Amino acid sequence: MDKHEAKTKLANIMEKFIGLACKRLPDDVYAKLKELREREESEIQKVIYDTYFDNLDKALKLNRPACQDTGLLHFYINCGSEFKYIGIVEAALREAVANATVSAPLRQNAVNYFEERNTEDNTGERMPWIHWEIVPDNDELEICVYFAGAGCCLPGRAQVFKPSDGYAAIIKYVFDAVSDLGLNACPPFVVGVGLGHNVENAAVLSKMAYLRPLGTTHAHPKGAKLERDLLEGLNSLGIGAQGLPGKQVAMEVHVESSARHTATIAVGVSVSCYMHRRGFIKFNNDLEFDFSKSYKGVSI
Amino acid sequence: MKKILQTPIKDSDIIDLHIGDIIYLTGVLVTGRDDVHRRVVRENLTSPYDFNGGAIFHAGPIVKETEQENILISIGPTSSIRMEADEAEFIKKTGVKLIIGKGGMGERTAQACKEFKALHCLFVGGAAVTAASHVEKILACYWRELGMPECEWVLKVNEFGPLIVNIDAHGNNLFAQNKLKYAENKAICEEPIIESVKDYMNI
Ligand code: SF4
Repeated sequence: MDKHEAKTKLANIMEKFIGLACKRLPDDVYAKLKELREREESEIQKVIYDTYFDNLDKALKLNRPACQDTGLLHFYINCGSEFKYIGIVEAALREAVANATVSAPLRQNAVNYFEERNTEDNTGERMPWIHWEIVPDNDELEICVYFAGAGCCLPGRAQVFKPSDGYAAIIKYVFDAVSDLGLNACPPFVVGVGLGHNVENAAVLSKMAYLRPLGTTHAHPKGAKLERDLLEGLNSLGIGAQGLPGKQVAMEVHVESSARHTATIAVGVSVSCYMHRRGFIKFNNDLEFDFSKSYKGVSI
Repeated sequence: MKKILQTPIKDSDIIDLHIGDIIYLTGVLVTGRDDVHRRVVRENLTSPYDFNGGAIFHAGPIVKETEQENILISIGPTSSIRMEADEAEFIKKTGVKLIIGKGGMGERTAQACKEFKALHCLFVGGAAVTAASHVEKILACYWRELGMPECEWVLKVNEFGPLIVNIDAHGNNLFAQNKLKYAENKAICEEPIIESVKDYMNI
């Protein structure tokens, strides 16, 4: 396969994959929502969850995007150092987004700064947003697609604290983000917490945190404990689905960290909404693909 | 039994409803968000659709427009709080009785709901296909020059819902009450976690 053929092939597959991922929740998120539904007791919470599932069913049946805000497209990529087609990935993803805008269809959401006009195909300056990680001695390309809707982007924030503020600052910051603007972001969400040393790395880590598959934990035992404690604490606030009284504002809390500067503590918080449209797809060097990690028994 | 409101809505239809009640709407529902509010309230234009006794939906739909007809693909609520600055005046001017959106609204809207007898209700965020399935057809479209999400789409709806009463005609405000409760809980919920990490900086 020459580069041109590879680009066309990758763009075609990704266009279809985007079409799938905006209509169907990944298996782990769907199962988690079912689990949460069982634990809510109030009538209003049950009605909300039933509407969530009714909507998800209808989206599949009618082949329509499950939420009208299909967001902006983000791609978090783990690329093996030996993957052959690294050079065409970015162009293929742009093409896939523009084509999926028509074929899915996606809502037209991208506006370039200073021009302030809708680009009408969801591409634009540095959009789709692409984040690369290189995996040594590996020949696969793993792409995580995420649909960043406006409601769930609004509560996102990052701040740098002094060491004297201690770990307490992290906890207060997470609670503030969730209980303030989070109410309008369609809870229950996956809360991503990034711990770093400046706003930029804390923010990126918070994003990587909420993209993590559900059921995984932070590598350090204390990090994993903090995830559990924050989940329990946030879910004691009395906030449920849609910000109305209930038992669960969060599906999970995920923490990701980097080393910090000895003189700073930085915290980033990103939340997803219940419509956590995040899917993984993997390619080998023949561009054969597999997305069973997120969607079992489904084809495109 | 399902409580179903029918347009045109009279004061007596809604006076006994309370925050937290679940209702449905049958009749005519018209979209209007930032631009429709601005035109009516700030530019003093008369809405081509007469909202008196009617229902407004804070939403921008995806519509497939063809020569023969307009087909609704999906429609979901947008955050109502963006309309807070103009909603009270909008209620007063138009006589609208039912406002549907997502998330809370403020004190001024609650006051207007009390004074002029109107409701603000929540439709479940993100449930755009469910919402579209309760729309029988698009009856008309006004102010199309505002763009697809911003113009007035006049929708014939059947048992549109579930709608959760967020502000009732007595001025009670569910979201505002809840926010206070959550804020009270916050300190109590944070406390044990803060306690558990207090020695984390020590080596
Ligand atoms: S917060 Fe999520 S589910 Fe809610 S409207 Fe936005 S994208 Fe849709």
